[in-house]
Amino acid sequence: MPVPILKQGPYLVASIQDALSDREVLELQENLLKQIGEVRASGIIVDVTAMDVIDSFASRSLRTVALTTRLRGAEMVIVGIQPDVAFAMVQFGLLMDDVNTALDLEEGLEFLDSWIAGRTFDDEE
Amino acid sequence: MRNEVLVAITSDRDVVLARQTGRSMATELGLSKSEATLLATAISEVARNIVEYVGNGQILLCIVNLNGMEGIKVVASDSGPGIENVEMALQDGQSSGGRLGLGLPGARRLMDEFHMVSEIGEGTTVTMTKWKGPRRG
Repeated sequence: MPVPILKQGPYLVASIQDALSDREVLELQENLLKQIGEVRASGIIVDVTAMDVIDSFASRSLRTVALTTRLRGAEMVIVGIQPDVAFAMVQFGLLMDDVNTALDLEEGLEFLDSWIAGRTFDDEE
Repeated sequence: MRNEVLVAITSDRDVVLARQTGRSMATELGLSKSEATLLATAISEVARNIVEYVGNGQILLCIVNLNGMEGIKVVASDSGPGIENVEMALQDGQSSGGRLGLGLPGARRLMDEFHMVSEIGEGTTVTMTKWKGPRRG
């Protein structure tokens, strides 16, 4: 089942519903990168609360979307990384230093709102 | 609860099945959620290696008892071309397939025991174990 991507205001919200196979991770990556241009979104939120595991493949794919999104002039934030999943990522050595993360959807939205506010401010300088 | 489960690995769907089976066995045995996630992540990596580099193989998951310790042992095997330099494959940043070599060294860090043997032309077997409870030492 493909990951649903909803438009919420200026943002795209992808809510992962279940454990993803590698193919589904790649589909999500492709769909997000396609839609960000189509709907002219300023930001992407990827909710990974339901992900059982974030391994090297999933983290590399998510990081690719985040950095590509940034090159397109938008920003991405990953929300909902579970405590045990975060612990495993650190033990593994999967660090996503250059990727934004937030606790949950609400904080993710706040993050993007303040990012947009900051961006507008910079433009006016 | 079954003491042994064999998962055939032929596609990316089987990678998910293998790690979910490992997780549920670990949870039933009483491993913590964190321990079960470390195990599931390591299984995901070795299963993906089978799909990516060989195409098919199998993962045997079994409950082990040793000196009063309980744990889950994972034996991931394939009949692929084999890896010439096992030590190098286990170093960070190395990969025989030219991709980012994070998988095996990362999986080794998540598990309590990790051994890999490979014969050119015969295949590769990774054997790894996650024990329940705090580690010794």
